[in-house]
Amino acid sequence: MKKGSAENVGIVIVSHSAKVAEGAADMVRQMVGQSVRLAWTGGNADGGLGTDVAGILAAIDAAWSPAGVAILVDLGGAETNSEMAVELLDETRRRKAVVCNAPIVEGAVIAATEAAGGSPLEIVKQTAEELSPQ
Amino acid sequence: MNSPPEFGFALLTNATGLHARPSVKLTQLAKSFAASVELGLSAQGPWLDAKRPVQVMRAKANKGETLYFRASGADARQAIAALVALVDGRFGEAEETAAPTIAEGAESDD
Repeated sequence: MKKGSAENVGIVIVSHSAKVAEGAADMVRQMVGQSVRLAWTGGNADGGLGTDVAGILAAIDAAWSPAGVAILVDLGGAETNSEMAVELLDETRRRKAVVCNAPIVEGAVIAATEAAGGSPLEIVKQTAEELSPQ
Repeated sequence: MNSPPEFGFALLTNATGLHARPSVKLTQLAKSFAASVELGLSAQGPWLDAKRPVQVMRAKANKGETLYFRASGADARQAIAALVALVDGRFGEAEETAAPTIAEGAESDD
């Protein structure tokens, strides 16, 4: 069984709230384990509710894997700032960082489950997006 | 290549049934095998892809239901044995229980 976390897609959690982001990351760790790289960021630069492009970039960097990273976001600004962060990556990384259109907590757990099985980025994203309301 | 699929089943005895955490464990285990692995709530199916966590969670199997597994591929038998052991072991907290070698009477391969 392959386990090398460096080869699995990494997961980035971006919430307006640090508590939400950290809590979602806790759930991933407890349910999926240690076999995926995982980073979270939440709140703006002043510690209030919001998101911060620099924080998102740091999280992408922390969770980076050669297989790429899947980014799970909550509301509006988290998505646009995450897209902006992706735009700021160098070209090779940019093609391997995707924002998933999925609920943040469930999406993070499911994406990590898929990633832990060694699936490529496209499949990880697709699986998280299957969660959208039926 | 076209050997008949392997089958197995196990009774869900853990309190939460096939909820989020057990579903994640089940898909992770299924994904560790090359064989295609399917899950059903009856011996006749319908069959879900046991490697797809969203499908497995949507099965919403409860305690007291029986999970049926069907697998095809080179390691299908090992996959079935491992999945049955996972369910029988109530998805035990141990992160990775190596699939125990079971000596089962399922010898016939016709």
